[in-house]
Amino acid sequence: MSSSKKIRVLVAKPGLDGHDRGAKIVARALRDAGMEVIYTGLRQTPEMVVSAALDEGVHCIGLSILSGAHNALFPKIMELLKEEGIDDVLVVGGGIIPEDDISELKKAGISAIFGPGTPLDEIVEYIKANVKL
Amino acid sequence: MRDDSKLRDSTKKWEDETVAKTIKRFPEREESFKTISGLPLKRLYTPSDLKDLNYEKDLGFPGQYPFTRGVQPTGYRGRFWTMRQYSGFATARETNQRFHFLLEQGQTGLSIAFDLPTQIGYDSDDQLAQGEVGKVGVAIDTLADMEVLFEGIPLDKVSTSMTINAPASVLLAMYIVVAEKQGVSMDKLRGTIQNDILKEYVARGTYIFPPTPSMRLITDIFKFCSQNMPLWNTISISGYHIREAGSTAVQEVAFTLADGIAYVQAAIDVGLDIDEFASRLSFFFGSHSDFLEEISKFRAARRLWARIMRERFKAKDDNSCKMRFHTQTAGCTLTAQQPDNNVVRVALQALQAVLGGTQSLHTNSRDEALSLPTEESVQIALRTQQIIAHESGVGDTVDPLAGSFYIESLTNAIEAKAMEYIQKIDDMGGASVAIERGFIQREIHDAAYQFQKSVDETKRIVVGVNKFTVEEEPQFDYLRVNPKAEKEQLTELKKIRTKRDDNQVKHALKVLRDAAESDTNLMPSIIEAVKVYATLGEICGVLREIFGEYRAPDIL
Repeated sequence: MSSSKKIRVLVAKPGLDGHDRGAKIVARALRDAGMEVIYTGLRQTPEMVVSAALDEGVHCIGLSILSGAHNALFPKIMELLKEEGIDDVLVVGGGIIPEDDISELKKAGISAIFGPGTPLDEIVEYIKANVKL
Repeated sequence: MRDDSKLRDSTKKWEDETVAKTIKRFPEREESFKTISGLPLKRLYTPSDLKDLNYEKDLGFPGQYPFTRGVQPTGYRGRFWTMRQYSGFATARETNQRFHFLLEQGQTGLSIAFDLPTQIGYDSDDQLAQGEVGKVGVAIDTLADMEVLFEGIPLDKVSTSMTINAPASVLLAMYIVVAEKQGVSMDKLRGTIQNDILKEYVARGTYIFPPTPSMRLITDIFKFCSQNMPLWNTISISGYHIREAGSTAVQEVAFTLADGIAYVQAAIDVGLDIDEFASRLSFFFGSHSDFLEEISKFRAARRLWARIMRERFKAKDDNSCKMRFHTQTAGCTLTAQQPDNNVVRVALQALQAVLGGTQSLHTNSRDEALSLPTEESVQIALRTQQIIAHESGVGDTVDPLAGSFYIESLTNAIEAKAMEYIQKIDDMGGASVAIERGFIQREIHDAAYQFQKSVDETKRIVVGVNKFTVEEEPQFDYLRVNPKAEKEQLTELKKIRTKRDDNQVKHALKVLRDAAESDTNLMPSIIEAVKVYATLGEICGVLREIFGEYRAPDIL
């Protein structure tokens, strides 16, 4: 990883969920850690998330859902990324996501899931270590 | 003002001699202590801290202005608070079963959680609803769903709270029609619609329309209910979500009351008399983790609202000055780690709310940082309230903590600091402008970020998260929403769409459109549309076309 290049991250809220405390805190922490962060705001369809990721040329997408719609929306986003031929973007997720759902989400291509209580540093370090620049 | 020079002298002597000696040998844990909201704390509070307190003016008696000691003259000696567990998931059929379970367990009021498509005015078969149907609450598309939801529940016997905001008129209309079919007229209905759009823009996110038409929908409801539904709470002005989004206690009080001021002003501006509608306004707060600060917060909010209503809005009726509120224990304090510990957190937070004089209470379940709660977890949460009510004895005398030097000092401090914020918001032009400029959002976000950092830096301890951690075991059972719920809901909706009379629906929607384009009260035409099984999405669709949709400013 070259140290001169800045990591660009899209923090996105797919679905209709309005809980954005976590997404915004993570966005700010990534920014404070020196990354360039684009926050989508609420109510993004999977299509909107993927097109924002393309437009912004990000290296990482952080998805946040607390409504329980993750099993439908996370894999859909991964599918659309694949259709666009994107396989080098790191995708991570967070929210209220039950333990038994995690393995399926990982199979779909989500690299890591950060649940409640995760220290911000852990997320920052994970992205730094796993992102492809 | 009392002369307390003698007491001040002896306090100083105690500090210089006794305390200093102790601290030399056993230093205090912190250099300075603060509440969880950052208010500075003294080592000790004495009568000197309350020398300016005027009992009759500042505290008064329970049930009397300024209601610092509660809105009920006899506190909980007559009747306990309403035990009201927020619930709803999957289809109306499944939620109806949970309601019956809760009522059998001794719950005294219903509180409905709607799924996100319902809250944002989309039908279950809308493309945007995909994956969200029945997830965080029950899916309601038409009157038919509401009929099933309340099957076997006599609406003249229960009070029902509905967490619904942007489409509040539509759900209220459905409730009225279901009651009518049960033979219960709307003047007998008791309950609450949340109907608080301003906090949706800053903290909760289920807005549909821009502020101006949203305020009109709200004042239409105020007007309609003041004439037809004297027992109905027309709004629940909510600090809960502001606090959950990360605000401090002071901000929670300030921003909630600033929103309240905006609603009252809007109603006055459309010609309503303050004493006609103000007694049906209700409030909703969170109960966070700082025990004594929260008790003081409830008391401060009550007094401040009473003073605003009397001094600013010139309310004559004491009932207009009464702040009645619902409380929910703070969801954001629940941990996914060692989830059984949450039972203890919830018990403390519930006790705070009771000591603060709440009118109704929801206690969270231990597993809510992981998923929707199981029936067993909900039962423990409800039992927590029942133990406080029937075993602890705290409800047997009114406002038992009044007069505590600390509680009264903190009550004063929270009131004063909240008033400073309200003044600042007034100077900007009121809550709507402050929201438009992103001021309130930024204040909340800053507080949330600071809090998270203090946890990450272990300046603040969260048991089981950043201290006293264990290797986590995989969790016990959690409630999985029936995966077939979405499909079942779609089938039901399809049935209704084919069964109903489309011409009637078309006509009702046309009447609604005309009302929306004029300044006719919208409630009657929404009731008519609901009666002929127009869907929630169709009704909100008409309003979307005329009112437009709100786009949130990008605030980080």
